[in-house]
Amino acid sequence: MTEAQDLSHFVRRPAEGVAAMDLVVDGVYCGACIVTIEKGLVRQAGVRGARVNLASKRVTVEWNEGALDPPVILERLEALGYPAYPFAADTVDSVEIEAERRLLRCLGVAAFGAMNVMLLSISLWAGADRDPNSATRDLFHWLSALVALPTAAYAGLPFFESAAKALRARSVNMDVPITLGVVLALAMSMLQTLAHERVAYFDSALMLMMFLLAGRYLDQRMRRRTRDFAVNLSAIRADRAIKLFEGGEARETPIGAIRPGDIVLVRPGERIAVDGTIEDGRSEIDQSLVTGETAPIAVSPGAEVYAGTLNLTGALRVRVRSAASGTLLDEVNGLLERAVEQRSSYVRLADRAARLYVPVVHVTALATFVGWLAFGAGWQQALLVAITVLIITCPCALGLAVPAVQTVAAGALFRHGLILNSGEALERLAEADTVVFDKTGTLTRPRPVLANAADIDPADLALAGALALVSRHPLARAIAEASGAKEPIAAEESSGEGVEALWKGESVRLGSVAWCGAEAEAAPVAAAWPDASLIALRRAERAAVFTVRQELRPDAGAAVADIARSHPVEILSGDREPAVAFVARELGVARFEAGMKPADKISRLKALAEAGRRPLMVGDGLNDAPALAAAHVSISPISAAYIAQAQADAVFLGERLMPVADALRISAKARRLMVENLWLSAAYNMVAVPLAVLGFVTPLIAALAMSGSSILVTLNALRARDVRRKGR
Amino acid sequence: MNVLVYLVPIALALGALGLAAFLWALKSGQFDDLDGAAWRAISDDDLPENKR
Repeated sequence: MTEAQDLSHFVRRPAEGVAAMDLVVDGVYCGACIVTIEKGLVRQAGVRGARVNLASKRVTVEWNEGALDPPVILERLEALGYPAYPFAADTVDSVEIEAERRLLRCLGVAAFGAMNVMLLSISLWAGADRDPNSATRDLFHWLSALVALPTAAYAGLPFFESAAKALRARSVNMDVPITLGVVLALAMSMLQTLAHERVAYFDSALMLMMFLLAGRYLDQRMRRRTRDFAVNLSAIRADRAIKLFEGGEARETPIGAIRPGDIVLVRPGERIAVDGTIEDGRSEIDQSLVTGETAPIAVSPGAEVYAGTLNLTGALRVRVRSAASGTLLDEVNGLLERAVEQRSSYVRLADRAARLYVPVVHVTALATFVGWLAFGAGWQQALLVAITVLIITCPCALGLAVPAVQTVAAGALFRHGLILNSGEALERLAEADTVVFDKTGTLTRPRPVLANAADIDPADLALAGALALVSRHPLARAIAEASGAKEPIAAEESSGEGVEALWKGESVRLGSVAWCGAEAEAAPVAAAWPDASLIALRRAERAAVFTVRQELRPDAGAAVADIARSHPVEILSGDREPAVAFVARELGVARFEAGMKPADKISRLKALAEAGRRPLMVGDGLNDAPALAAAHVSISPISAAYIAQAQADAVFLGERLMPVADALRISAKARRLMVENLWLSAAYNMVAVPLAVLGFVTPLIAALAMSGSSILVTLNALRARDVRRKGR
Repeated sequence: MNVLVYLVPIALALGALGLAAFLWALKSGQFDDLDGAAWRAISDDDLPENKR
């Protein structure tokens, strides 16, 4: 790209005279990268400092305002070997970061309080509470209260606020029993201390808070990580366009800074980055990413073009449109909205457990209170036992059961090349029982390749490669790549047809079959490769026909076979019937449908849902976006259209398809562990609650039971780390 | 039991010191990039050339 870039959209001004920019950097993995980038940038004149964040793969650069042109930084990073992409941090980011820090702060405070109160409690349990004159015990209780009350007031705020919010909305969530338990435990302990009694629960209240905050923190960190990744992704894949300014100046501009009504230039061979109307120019457009249809269509001024499509043959000037009024995009957007609405009703496992749990706990505590009164205990003692029940049932292990598994499983998924877009995706992924694939770009590689190189005379291939170098057409590029040709032949390109040259006194053509007059040679080749696009080479006395096709991902066969062992597999494609049938046969998939529009895909998914299935949709095109949103759960490749990726629950990286199979396996195991953990905490309650109801629980037992069950579920969660493929 | 008079305050003060250190570390961004910090620790770029 030679156009100057306009990056003003991304530059921040943190202080007077200082400018800063945040960049996502590709390929930062270790300490050496940090040093290379930071040193390399600081050597640039005018740069004040650079700081790499390895966890989020970002770098922040500061420079003296006006001392350098922002694009210089990108060039510098590129020269260092790290392509970088600017992004504008939005307010949602800073809110999430602040929430995460706050939870960590609360966790630190709660840990401090729990530790110190425990110090005092252990001496009491060790015998100080049997001191005949209660002076020492009272002193220790007062000291515990001194630490516990302010600690709880601060570290408990996240729970208190959330519980208050829920109550104001006249509903209950998990934080209501937590708040109730903590407040009652502290209040009762205070009364006990004032009355010189033996039993106080300051330690339990704080420990409970600490474990729950640990669970909350893990949950929040996972949310933030998935969000960070989504932001990085959109920065890397975006999406620049060449904007034509008045006066004819052309500047490469990020999509975020392009406004409706602007004019952008799209050169042949480039992906169109905006929706708009063609002002000037004629070309052919490859809409395979949008519709799945691989045959290109011709466009002329006045025609609509869509982001994500590929401009093949001619330069276009496109006027950017604001609202989507095109038939295709309208349809896609409408379907999308409806699908998203339907899915938001999903209830997570932890919430389902909480709905069951809250009433049971409160009823048990109330019954205990009434029961002890009925059997003649004083109301003070009855209240004491009832509160013990509330403390012992407080969902310590329950709060850790799900987030701990999620964190470990998300790490395992990442190592297998799959990144989650949302926390609940893991649970929905585990429930999938049917897998629906799109073909183009999902089962196949994102770029076409030459398929029949073995059948072609090497001399013809070399000649075709040299001719193909002249053209920017993606089919021609595939031929040039396969031939390894380096030196182009001086040739003339005629738009939409092919290239023509005079080569060693022989007139040669490379282009469409009809233009080259190679119909006779093409017929048998077309029969053998029904899913391929054909390109012909015409020489004086003979013709050769090349088949360029979307090749399957290298491990598509193995991955689909692996998935098919546990899940029925279908292919739904917008492409032509023969092309889809060919791929389905090659992969051994019996159920496939071709020529499907976005609405058809959704109705097929609906039919599956009505039959009680929970489909996983794997797709990449704009045409798949509604289906991705409508499916129970969805995955996109990293090369997918932006809108599709935004709808997907997870994204897989790289050329291989195996991450999809791994994801199904890991999520299934994670879900099993989550349920196991919930049962573990239930089992703990089944043992502890009767003891508490009968009044046998002392503070020591409460502390042991609480930490024991929390450690147990955490250790169990760690098992989500290693998931092995069968047959390995 | 008179020993408690200064042992308990010492225990609490040490705890508070730890908490203060943690809050300071959090505030100064030490928990922002856990992966990077692990690598920075073994970088020897701050040493003069002849001591590496």
